[in-house]
Amino acid sequence: MTEPLLEVKGLQAWYGESHVLHGVDLQVHRGETVTLLGRNGAGKTTTLKSIMGVLRKRQGEIRLSGKDLMNLPLHHIAYAGLGFVPEERGIFSGLSVHENLLLPPKVAEGGFTLDEIYHLFPNLAERRNSQGTKLSGGEQQMLAIARILRTGANILLLDEPTEGLAPVIVQRIGDVIRALKAKGMTILLVEQNFRFARKVADRFYVMEDGHMIDTFRADELEGRMDSLNETLGL
Amino acid sequence: MVTVFGISLPALMGQLLIGLINGSFYAMLSLGLAVIFGMLRVINFAHGAQYMLGAFFAWFLLRYAGIGFWPALVLAPLGVALVGVVIEKVLLSRIYNLDHLYGLLLTFGLALVIEGLFRHWYGTSGQPYSIPSTFQGAFNLGFMILPKYRAFVIVASVVVCLATWLLIEKTKFGAYLRAATENPTLVQAFGVNVPRLLTLTYAIGAGLAGLAGVLAAPVYQVSPLMGQNIVIIVFAVVVIGGMGSIMGAVITGYVLGLVEGLTKVFYPEASSTVIFVIMVLVLLVRPAGLFGKE
Repeated sequence: MTEPLLEVKGLQAWYGESHVLHGVDLQVHRGETVTLLGRNGAGKTTTLKSIMGVLRKRQGEIRLSGKDLMNLPLHHIAYAGLGFVPEERGIFSGLSVHENLLLPPKVAEGGFTLDEIYHLFPNLAERRNSQGTKLSGGEQQMLAIARILRTGANILLLDEPTEGLAPVIVQRIGDVIRALKAKGMTILLVEQNFRFARKVADRFYVMEDGHMIDTFRADELEGRMDSLNETLGL
Repeated sequence: MVTVFGISLPALMGQLLIGLINGSFYAMLSLGLAVIFGMLRVINFAHGAQYMLGAFFAWFLLRYAGIGFWPALVLAPLGVALVGVVIEKVLLSRIYNLDHLYGLLLTFGLALVIEGLFRHWYGTSGQPYSIPSTFQGAFNLGFMILPKYRAFVIVASVVVCLATWLLIEKTKFGAYLRAATENPTLVQAFGVNVPRLLTLTYAIGAGLAGLAGVLAAPVYQVSPLMGQNIVIIVFAVVVIGGMGSIMGAVITGYVLGLVEGLTKVFYPEASSTVIFVIMVLVLLVRPAGLFGKE
């Protein structure tokens, strides 16, 4: 197997005095879509935030293409190639859709062009001059993803992209993720919606109480359904 | 002679002009305060001292280096902006995680120290700063005499406010500012150097105060107390406009200057309190200010 694009070893994290991640290990290879599964409070979002550096009180090892991210200031981590789409979407109300799209600086060559983005998300093109937060929940999620595609980040960290969205929008987000996969994009996805995750992921990690308790490939999923039912309460 | 409500037109227009001049300074100063508060969430009580520094820097340049008004209009605000960089890097950057009250107390203390030092060195009587030769004299508009320099101050203030508004609303830097006002962590996670953005914002706010100070030097005396006298009114302007609202600060600055001028004509006894009465009324009806978000 080739070297992983993203490698996390022994990651621990704290919210104040509260110790929430207890030695998380994970790897994501180039072109893979990897999903973190787990119940509410299992530590999935915290893992993503710790990798991105948004949560600073953390220990362990985080490497992207072999480069140590642990001691980089937050604004340097994006330039290493990580693109972050937060759970709350982070659409700026003071900016139009177009301004939201253009906000993140380009961190590398090879990102999507505006034309490509508006082709992939035609709704955004139609509403490019609207205030970002005037969009529907689904459109805001599209905008949050589109915004990062422009930057040239080589791995997307998507935190619960389907949360609170109507089934038809969830399906559309699934189509977008599959389109990104087809383009060779690497994705680390946090998702509670197991039915959605199973359609897009190549590999899964399962988290519980801040620990990584299992990992398996998509083709091993059927054999894990019983234990997943128990862990995730499906 | 033409009269309006029993007041002669030249007298009325003269007071309106004074109101507009004051409003120009209120607008420039409250704009800087609004920019700083919007981004840093710091209530910058040192703003009056920075305005005073701008005027003094212009006076220093003239007195000790023979550098006149026009170069000083650029150099003095840059000097004040540099002082702003030091204040932000050395002091303010350490208190962002604390309650807003600490920023207010810190900048209030700074203002006392800066103004105290200048009072110690230069007394309170004030230093003269002449009107640049280009703007000596006045325009006769028929119904009033308009001193050229005062006309320049009004135009300059409109240009400065407009340029700042364009910077914030129409540039990439402005988009970063507006976004970082809402969610600085996410903007930094996108790769924007937010700590530097904070420093720059404070420097721009301080520089605007310094620029207002240079423009004020030929109108008022260059005095260590000039900042104290105006900063309380400017805070009232910002509160009425809505804390952090750029447009609110500018419009309210001009309007309240005019209201103050009109009050001087029709009910002079209330002219020094009218802005504070308006502030109380606005806070009762619209606590977030006229242009602030509820």
